[in-house]
Amino acid sequence: MSAAPILEVRDLRKYFPVRNLWKRRIGWLRALDDVSFTVQPGEILGIVGESGCGKSTLGKTLMGIHTATAGEVMFQGQDIARLRPHESRGLRQHLQYCYQDPGASLDPRWTIRASLHEPLIVHTALKEPEREARVREILAAVGLPETHLDLYPHEISGGQQRRVGLARILTLKPSVVILDEPTSGLDVSVQAVILKLFLSLQEQFGLTYLFVSHDLSVVRMICDRVAVMYLGRVVEIGETSRIFATPRHPYTQSLLAAIPRIGGARVTDTFSLEGEPPSPTNLPSGCRFRTRCPRAQALCAQQDPALRADWPGQAAACHFAE
Amino acid sequence: MDGDLIAVQDLRVSFASDAGIARVLDGVQCAIRPGEIRGLVGESGCGKTTLARAILGILPPNAARIDSGRVTFGGRNLLDLPEARLAAEVRGREIAYIPQDPSTAFNPVFTIGTQIADLMRWKSPLARTANPPTGRARREADHARVVAMLRQVQLPNPEALLRKYPHEVSGGQRQRLMIAMALLPEPKLVIADEPTTALDVTVQAQILKLLKGLAREHNVAVLFTTHDLGAAYEICDRITVMYAGQEVEEAPVAEFFNRPSHPYTRKLLDSLPSAETGLRGIPGEIPRLIDPPPGCRFNPRCERASAVCLAQRPPPEQAGPGHVVRCHHRLTDAEA
Ligand SMILES: Nc1ncnc2c1ncn2[C@@H]1O[C@H](COP(=O)(O)OP(=O)(O)OP(=O)(O)O)[C@@H](O)[C@H]1O
Ligand SMILES: Nc1ncnc2c1ncn2[C@@H]1O[C@H](COP(=O)(O)OP(=O)(O)OP(=O)(O)O)[C@@H](O)[C@H]1O
Ligand SMILES: [Mg+2]
Ligand SMILES: [Mg+2]
Repeated sequence: MSAAPILEVRDLRKYFPVRNLWKRRIGWLRALDDVSFTVQPGEILGIVGESGCGKSTLGKTLMGIHTATAGEVMFQGQDIARLRPHESRGLRQHLQYCYQDPGASLDPRWTIRASLHEPLIVHTALKEPEREARVREILAAVGLPETHLDLYPHEISGGQQRRVGLARILTLKPSVVILDEPTSGLDVSVQAVILKLFLSLQEQFGLTYLFVSHDLSVVRMICDRVAVMYLGRVVEIGETSRIFATPRHPYTQSLLAAIPRIGGARVTDTFSLEGEPPSPTNLPSGCRFRTRCPRAQALCAQQDPALRADWPGQAAACHFAE
Repeated sequence: MDGDLIAVQDLRVSFASDAGIARVLDGVQCAIRPGEIRGLVGESGCGKTTLARAILGILPPNAARIDSGRVTFGGRNLLDLPEARLAAEVRGREIAYIPQDPSTAFNPVFTIGTQIADLMRWKSPLARTANPPTGRARREADHARVVAMLRQVQLPNPEALLRKYPHEVSGGQRQRLMIAMALLPEPKLVIADEPTTALDVTVQAQILKLLKGLAREHNVAVLFTTHDLGAAYEICDRITVMYAGQEVEEAPVAEFFNRPSHPYTRKLLDSLPSAETGLRGIPGEIPRLIDPPPGCRFNPRCERASAVCLAQRPPPEQAGPGHVVRCHHRLTDAEA
């Protein structure tokens, strides 16, 4: 239907060992369980889903921060899933991951200047004055004053730390950027500025984004397509407008029902999603959403539903989705 | 006022850095009643976390200075209370804190269970009862409370979670652990600094419900910092808006959304992302707090600003019942 994908993920798995008190392995936590999707160049793919469903693990596994348990990640024609970080450094310079916790990605002992120079020192041969010029250019692009270069992370606010985190990965001019909740903790005004910045950088450098977010109103505004995850699986994927207009999977439906609407009925009075999320170390048989699904039937306990592309521009993994 | 649980009066805090002295809180007033859920909103860097930390007595000791003000809580001024008493009686007990950045709140070398058990040793509500159980009975009673609380914040399989190390849980799970730890000692006031930013909307709805329930049924007050105005709409009784270290408006939740009186509040509401208006920020930048604009700190970004706005900070004025605004040229009902 379109050009060759820039990123193709096939049956990607990441299992973490689960240990008992004596550190013996007693099972596996399936943080990613056969995740497949493709990303077109220049596209913004939103990734949404319950907290703990594996979004950050997905980002980190694509980046090689975690080694995949199984599956393929095709990037620029090569499978990078099993490469160790040092083997794939050259490739992964073009694939960047922006951390969820801004505090965790900045070294508290380094000034902002040092933090921004570091990736350039590691990945490029630029000389100090060129690096400084690049750093200042990006700092201005993310809207921070140059006086901040001499400050330490604890001396700036949470939202400012986040902008530094963004500046840090943009200095490398990557082609695919995985943004892990890039606007959480930003006020609406700065958020608007940062989102506009993403869009203009995308245009300027032809970037492709994987946009992990809990903020569905933002996802709706800027993503071309959305993947909805639940417990290590993609349960629904498709064009943004279709997912929001006609969500097919019952989990997607409850997710959309839980968005607060200013001026409307309060979700805290009306919303309910039955039961606790099951433990990812002890998944239910069959469909992993069935323990909380209003439409679950006997079949759901027996058979794990596969993604069905039964709707134009939209696919869902549910036996009974219509 | 007499009925207040906590009253912050004329609080001034400054930070020293190489670049100079930043006046981060500039005469902040804020009072919260028992059982009230108060939203605290404002642009990044406006001093929300600093206000929380000043109340709790955990400003960075070398960089920050409290220049003036009072924080009245339980009949005493917390700013005068010696650190040992603050730590023993107030912090994590009567006033709980859910910090903004959960990554720094845990010690990476101990399991989560060890850290929570440690908290319960000192801050468990059982420690305050007349004849607390001791030894194993106490530990078991506390453990049962911990497990029940982890379930309440929607964490699956609490026993297994307690054996994990902080890096082994997701961002949202860490955030819910923080919330659970803050609530376990049964505080009277919870200061929640963006407690739901890392949570999906379904879990957010449950957490907001939990906070609302605590306020309604147990009369716990909540100071709820958030950038998510939708979440503020869900649970807040009143909302305080801060700009560059000054509170500019305080309004009941319906008034805040329907009849904002301060031009900054109006612009904040206008920057909510929506399909009709697209992405709209507030033009201009947050001022540097080292040499802030005189008078009303919003004046450089305000099209209504006049000479008086540069000359003096507007005094608090009543804009409706329980609705206070500090603006020389506040919006009329038609403009709101
Ligand atoms: N330790 C410090 N040293 C120097 N300046 C500081 C320090 N901590 C905070 N500041 C400054 O104080 C101001 C207020 O910071 P604060 O963290 O209170 O903002 P905030 O309203 O919580 O912002 P956010 O919404 O981004 O969390 C900021 O301009 C920040 O740069
Ligand atoms: N290093 C690790 N070791 C063991 N388990 C892990 C590790 N990292 C993550 N997990 C587990 O894997 C699951 C997925 O975590 P992940 O951080 O990917 O979630 P997430 O979707 O990003 O959630 P959030 O929205 O809360 O950030 C969680 O159950 C988490 O506890
Ligand atoms: Mg995450
Ligand atoms: Mg803050």
